[in-house]
Amino acid sequence: MILAATPGTATLLVELGVILVGLALLGRVAARFGLPSIPLYLVAGLVVGEGGVVELVTARTFIESGAQIGVILLLLLLGLEYTGEELTDALRDHAPAGGVDLALNFTPGLLLGLVLGWDVRAALLLGGITYISSSGIIAKLLADLGNTGNRETPVVLAILVAEDLFMALYLPLMAGLLIGGDALDIGLEVTAAIVAVVTALGLAVRYGDRISQVVFVRSDENLILSLLGLALLVAGIAEHLQASAAVGAFLVGIALNGPAEHAARTVLSPLRDLFAAMFFAFFGLQINPTDLPPVLAIAVALALVTAATKLATGWWSARQVGIDPPGRLRAGATLIARGEFSIVIAGIAVAEGIEDDIGPLAAAYVLILAVGGPLIARAVEPLTRRFSQLGRPARPRRTPTARGTTVS
Amino acid sequence: MTEINETKLPGVGTLHDFESQSGGRIGVIAHHADRREVVIYDSADPDRVSEGVTLTAEEARTLADLLGGTSVTKRLDDLRQEISGLAIDWLPISSNSPYVGKTIGETELRTRTGVSVVALVRGDQPLPAPGPDDELRAGDTAVVVGTAEGIDAATELLTARAR
Repeated sequence: MILAATPGTATLLVELGVILVGLALLGRVAARFGLPSIPLYLVAGLVVGEGGVVELVTARTFIESGAQIGVILLLLLLGLEYTGEELTDALRDHAPAGGVDLALNFTPGLLLGLVLGWDVRAALLLGGITYISSSGIIAKLLADLGNTGNRETPVVLAILVAEDLFMALYLPLMAGLLIGGDALDIGLEVTAAIVAVVTALGLAVRYGDRISQVVFVRSDENLILSLLGLALLVAGIAEHLQASAAVGAFLVGIALNGPAEHAARTVLSPLRDLFAAMFFAFFGLQINPTDLPPVLAIAVALALVTAATKLATGWWSARQVGIDPPGRLRAGATLIARGEFSIVIAGIAVAEGIEDDIGPLAAAYVLILAVGGPLIARAVEPLTRRFSQLGRPARPRRTPTARGTTVS
Repeated sequence: MTEINETKLPGVGTLHDFESQSGGRIGVIAHHADRREVVIYDSADPDRVSEGVTLTAEEARTLADLLGGTSVTKRLDDLRQEISGLAIDWLPISSNSPYVGKTIGETELRTRTGVSVVALVRGDQPLPAPGPDDELRAGDTAVVVGTAEGIDAATELLTARAR
């Protein structure tokens, strides 16, 4: 009989329930303090993982599969945020900013990896981890601070777009490098993967409308099956071609627009939240908390350096488009937060097992900047206000006059 | 006409903003999800939004009505986009136009002014690419393309009171 739960299923349900309730409680704590939930999910994973306070055994496989779906949904929803036109526009108008961002923020991670004597591929992954800002945290930050309409915001968003597009090439590139083999094999793999991505991106931009029409149905139930099915299918095929599942899902997201995009966002967002939480927890789960203290000092140093480089990136890019110093400071501070994509990249490194320290280092690094980034951005707000009052002649303000007196 | 800046916000929507004659800057963010956000810029730090209000689609319509929403349709009539010497305009055919009940061919518009009628709007119905035998009716709007001078001449012809 199906309902007669075996001891195994009972344990699975209890463990999953405990995990989800735990994540929910942490989410509430995070919301209360205006913090992103990602770092807390990581901590939750650390606590119940290997060497943690309690170790989950039964639910681990389930969470692992959930985590894989989580990455796909994260990237699918990210792709949905953009239309192909927005991607090409942002690239055309803000390519220099994207280039500066890459140079300033990829380099520290890459260099540190090399200095630590890591495998070049691990160093390249660490470069990716320090390079990519968290679109999720930053989008929320902009909305929370009411900064969406600010004149520096288009630059910030363009930098995020450039980073996301870079990911679409970087992930398959790393996938190719990680397979190994001789130089020719790697070269072929990488070229094939990148050609596939660029072609798919072109198709997505060009035939997005057509694809969206075919996918769109009025029934939510059918829509969720169609969309999730399509995303998983494309992601699976991409993974099979060594082009990274996440990138496949991202491209599906870009291709969808119009009514299909609206509907997709509505029906998939809750699913994304659930599985992304599992993804962050699973990453924490794989890290042994006792591995953290030895890498903590390095992580703090790396966080400080790359917070400064992001600040410089935002400052420079905002100045290029004629933003005043307060706005430049805001742009820089907003960009500091790292989060989901650093974890996506670190997840690859951990799965491949190429460098023991990269997982704990990335975990500590993201914990610091996912919390620190938003805090800095909030702290900068009142600072810029004072800044701007110093800079320019104060406008005469209408002062309330006592009733009955006339102002001459 | 007020000069409006349009800025694309990837992943968010589109921002339109302008500076009022009194020196204040105001903008509207049209979010991809059907929300509108009205933002007012800081006078001390013009890059920064000091106040923002998020509106649902319905609230946005209400606000537009309060601000005189009819001006939008009026503006559409006035709209004249010039593309390197080419102009497009919307000409309303009033009941006292001399050409009510006549066909487009009979107006000899193209011969006289060089302007072509590329579409007619009748009520809610657009009639794209009308032929010379299509009739002009009172209340129609003729969408015309030609040179700016040609359109001025055509406006005079089509809207002149019957003598």
